[in-house]
Amino acid sequence: MPRLAALLLLLLPATWVAAKEAAPAAPDPVLEHRMMALAEELRCLVCQNQTLADSNAPLAEDLRNQIREQMRKGNSDREVVDFLVARYGDFVLYRPPLKATTFLLWFGPLLLLALGFAVLLRRLLRRRQSKEIEMSAADRRRAEALLAGGEAEPR
Amino acid sequence: MTRFALPLAIFVVLLVLLGIGLKLDPREVPSPLIGKPAPHFELPELHQAAKTFSERDMLGKVWVLNVWASWCVSCREEHPVLLDLAASGAVPIYGLNYKDKREDGLAWLRGMGDPYRLSIYDFDGRVGIDYGVYGVPETYVIDKAGVIRYKRIGPLTPQIVKEKVLPLVQELDRA
Repeated sequence: MPRLAALLLLLLPATWVAAKEAAPAAPDPVLEHRMMALAEELRCLVCQNQTLADSNAPLAEDLRNQIREQMRKGNSDREVVDFLVARYGDFVLYRPPLKATTFLLWFGPLLLLALGFAVLLRRLLRRRQSKEIEMSAADRRRAEALLAGGEAEPR
Repeated sequence: MTRFALPLAIFVVLLVLLGIGLKLDPREVPSPLIGKPAPHFELPELHQAAKTFSERDMLGKVWVLNVWASWCVSCREEHPVLLDLAASGAVPIYGLNYKDKREDGLAWLRGMGDPYRLSIYDFDGRVGIDYGVYGVPETYVIDKAGVIRYKRIGPLTPQIVKEKVLPLVQELDRA
C-alpha cells in the first residue's frame, strides 16, 4: 500500500505539467485548424528541423499569431506564405518552389535513378554478349572427353 | 587494381561533399531583404517612450541597425565590438531592443555601456518579424536611399566589422 501511494505521488507532477501545457482554446476552431494546417508546411527558423506548428519557440508562437491575424483579415493561404517568404526567404517553406537554383534538389534523385538504370542496362547487355561467345573446337573436344568420363589431359 | 578505381573515386567525391557540408552553417539563411527598402516602422524610443523613431528619419544617411536584447547571450559577446565601432565614429548605430522588458534593456545599457545613438523599443517583436529577425543579435547596414545592403545574423566580430561592415559603409558613404 505505501508503494502504491508513492507511485501515485510520483504520477502527480506529470498531471500538473500536462495541465499547464494545455493551450487556451482558440475562439475560432475553423481558423485554428486552417492555421495549423498551414503552419505544418512552414519551418520554424529557431529550431530548424521543426515546423511552425510543432515548435514552442517564442518566435514560432509570434509567427502563428501573425498567421492567425492575417487569416482573420481574410488573406488567402498564398498571401500568408508570401508574407513570410518576403521576410525569411524560401527557407521557411518545407516544399521549396521550382527554380533554377532548386532544380537539382527536385530532379537530383530522378537523375540518380536514371543513372542507376543506365548502369544496369549496360551490365545486362554486356552479360548477354559474353554468353554468345562460341567455343573453340579444342574446348569442345575437351568437354566431350570430360563428359565421357575420361581424365582430361592436363593443360 | 582498376576494379577499385571507380568505387574509390565515388567514395572520395562523397567525402569531399560531406566535408563541404560540415563547413556550411545551416543558420546562415540568405536574407531576401538584401537590396530591398528597409521595412517601415515607427516605434517608441527605449529611453523616452513618448518620442518615436522611424527608419524614414535616417534617409540620406548610411546607418547600422542592430537588434539586441538583455536576455540574449550572444549580445553580451558582441557588445564590446559595437562599443568599438561606435567609438570609431565610422557609422551611426541604432539599436532595436527586441522583445525585452524596458527596465531590463535600460539596465543593460547602463551596466555595459551604450553604443547606440538611440534604441527603439519593439516589445511584441512585430517589427522584428518585418525585418526577418530570428536569431538575435542581428545587424543591418542601410544605405542613403533606405535600402538594406547587408545583414548579419548572429554576433558581429572584429573581423566581420573590418572586412565587411567598414568597407561597405565607406563605399556607401561615397555614393
